[in-house]
Amino acid sequence: MTESQNRQTGTYEVKRGLAEMLKGGVIMDVVNPEQAKIAEDAGATAVMALERVPADIRVDGGVARMSDPEMIEGIQEAVTIPVMAKARIGHFVEAQILQALEVDYIDESEVLTPADEKHHIDKFAFTTPFVCGATNLGEALRRIAEGACMIRSKGEAGTGDVVQAVRHLRSILGDIKKVQNANDNAELFEWAKQLQAPLPLVQEIAETGELPVPLFCAGGLATPADAALAMQLGASAVFVGSGIFKSADPAPRARAIVEATTNFEDASILAKVSRGLGAPMTGIGMDDLEVRYEDRGW
Amino acid sequence: MTTRVGVLALQGAFRAHLDACAELGVDAVEVRTASQLDGCDRVIIPGGESTTMSMMLDRNELREPLAERLDQGMPAFGTCAGMILLATEVSDGRPDQKSFGAIDIAVQRNGYGRQNQSFSDALAISVLSTDAFHAVFIRAPRVERVGDGVEVLASYDGDPVLCQQGSVLVSAFHPELSPDRRLHRYFCELS
Repeated sequence: MTESQNRQTGTYEVKRGLAEMLKGGVIMDVVNPEQAKIAEDAGATAVMALERVPADIRVDGGVARMSDPEMIEGIQEAVTIPVMAKARIGHFVEAQILQALEVDYIDESEVLTPADEKHHIDKFAFTTPFVCGATNLGEALRRIAEGACMIRSKGEAGTGDVVQAVRHLRSILGDIKKVQNANDNAELFEWAKQLQAPLPLVQEIAETGELPVPLFCAGGLATPADAALAMQLGASAVFVGSGIFKSADPAPRARAIVEATTNFEDASILAKVSRGLGAPMTGIGMDDLEVRYEDRGW
Repeated sequence: MTTRVGVLALQGAFRAHLDACAELGVDAVEVRTASQLDGCDRVIIPGGESTTMSMMLDRNELREPLAERLDQGMPAFGTCAGMILLATEVSDGRPDQKSFGAIDIAVQRNGYGRQNQSFSDALAISVLSTDAFHAVFIRAPRVERVGDGVEVLASYDGDPVLCQQGSVLVSAFHPELSPDRRLHRYFCELS
């Protein structure tokens, strides 16, 4: 029999633990309880509650902010899986509100309009864990140094174009391999300078060959094949935003992406689940973009 | 001693369990299909989302083969979501969520609350040496009822958190997230 003596909440270990539980799964963007139910029914491991999916934020323009708490609560009531929500980069008060709402993960997200041009949120100040986007290894390590417990490669949200997700994943994982091949500490000092990242984290990566927190993939994934591509490249799980609810028939597509993420190395299953899903989101090619969300974050 | 552990790899923290087995020198493989299960003589069902895993058991046609092996007495270790999947009764689950009923306990999903209530603490485990076990609880299930044939190996503030019935072991916490390998060793030596 144990009575609680030294019960600790909100530790790095406990925050990172939930990221570990989300591996091998699909986190889906949803804008209302109905979509959240569809996502859960399809097998999503978590939902990201937001006011508009990135594709609509692009079309509508204007300032994109944290969602209405009422809408987040509606989604929390609709599903039993974890509920995440987005705060603007640097907007620690939005994060305080999301923590008070007891969301399970906060995404300090470039998809929303940044609130601070220099400073990201001090994520150690929160019990609720944070996920942050990164385009390269240096950015990932800076976010981890600020307390992020999960990194997602940014990709380019709302485009349905997977090219940036691939670029960012390859960049992060490729640089980890290069850091691992450093010959001595002197080279790691240089890496830390180049990456603009704390030396202890660079040294840790040189030793372990991986980020100290799980690396997921986001931004532009629209098909089961896209999800399996991210997984084969080395992501531990995927976020799918506009790709599901901007497609012609969201439920079967959501389900197929879940199956593809579990069975990412089995091409015969991928062929089976990719059949007859209707039209994917139309998408926007990278060259036609007016705003690149990936450039937000410092 | 085990020859090969199958770690259910449909979703969740399966990698951490594979690493734990590797540290003990135990052969362990990922299991996503019935044929992968065939080569295993015990199984670990990891933490993750029990709803997702339950659906993927059906979609990958793994539910019946695994149920059959469990009926035949294959040793099984379920952690967190794995505990939910092995229990006889689940409350606050989805109506379509099915469990294997391999251990006679009733569990409440997310019984300790949302992520902000996730916690760690030192735990006394009756079948391990006296040193406390560092137990990490993530959106953990709460055991509400324990059947007659079930042994409670650890409890926390009155709730059973580690239970065993025959060769089925379940924990509400995540031993794979601690560096301590005593519980994995205990499971691998169960017969």
